[in-house]
Amino acid sequence: MSNLTVSRQDVLRVVFATIDEINETQPEEQKLSKLPETYLFGQQGRFDSLGLVNFIVLLEQSIADEFGAAITLADEKALSREKSPFLTVESLTDYILEQLEGLKQ
Amino acid sequence: MTDRQVMIITGTRKGIGRFLAEHYAQHGFDVVGCSRTPSDLQLPGYQHYCLEVADEAAVKQMFLDVSRNFGRVDVLLNNAGIASMNHFLLTPLATAQRLVNTNFLGTFLFCREAAKLMRRHRSGRIVNFTTVATPLDLEGEAIYAATKAAVESLTRVLARELAAFNVTVNAVGPTPVKTDLTRSVPQEKLDALIARQAIQRYGELRDILNVVDFFIRPASDFITAQVIYLGGVR
Repeated sequence: MSNLTVSRQDVLRVVFATIDEINETQPEEQKLSKLPETYLFGQQGRFDSLGLVNFIVLLEQSIADEFGAAITLADEKALSREKSPFLTVESLTDYILEQLEGLKQ
Repeated sequence: MTDRQVMIITGTRKGIGRFLAEHYAQHGFDVVGCSRTPSDLQLPGYQHYCLEVADEAAVKQMFLDVSRNFGRVDVLLNNAGIASMNHFLLTPLATAQRLVNTNFLGTFLFCREAAKLMRRHRSGRIVNFTTVATPLDLEGEAIYAATKAAVESLTRVLARELAAFNVTVNAVGPTPVKTDLTRSVPQEKLDALIARQAIQRYGELRDILNVVDFFIRPASDFITAQVIYLGGVR
């Protein structure tokens, strides 16, 4: 992993692929839009808590498969932030990039 | 990728874990084992990792490898454990932390990472290891018994949280078995412990295997959140 450079576009592609996977099991009206501004969690979010757990676990696995990096998204840093990284696709993408950067150090 | 069932067993260098690894590798499973120090166990269908079970990065890397090599985990046996017999008043903090790390946090980490892969196939079996020292409230085993009480509680809660993914979580509580773990315990203590069992004998490896076999067989998909103690201890 340490030599691999992952771009924001790469991460977004994995997040969107995970959304595709989740959408396969969702009824039409509950499908998530593949947009950076899509809300995932919170008042305007599409997931309940178990839905978010499913999504995060699936995403961790996709990141491991795609980039060979074993990261934990729901870590203490994420859970203690004033603004949750799980709020939108964009904030989650930023957080994943941050975690991947952290692995290089 | 494999069509064979994949089993992960912690603490396979010796004792119960080694016996279970040998048994299941010879009975159709791909077994991935681990221990802190290298193992001389070499069998077809067996792979070994050297790691501390409470080292998150090492455990995650091991599961990443398992996911790449096998694509699945069907069974997890959280066997790794350490004991330390000491009066509570004379127990160093470092000893307590070591027991919590290996017995509880190691079990937690392996459950978490295994369940993520089991979730993918919507099936799995987790068997945690507890001890009769917990229900018997054994003097001299305060920290050991407490870490295993934590494992039992974890087992029951995980059984509920993972039920939606068809993953069962149970625990087996062996009586003393003649292994390295009991070698340092004074004979009179072991005799007194065995006297409190309904069936008063040492546990055998086959007794543990029998309970594990029961928990992991396909027909046990309605058995979860259970702790089975051997020897008639409650």
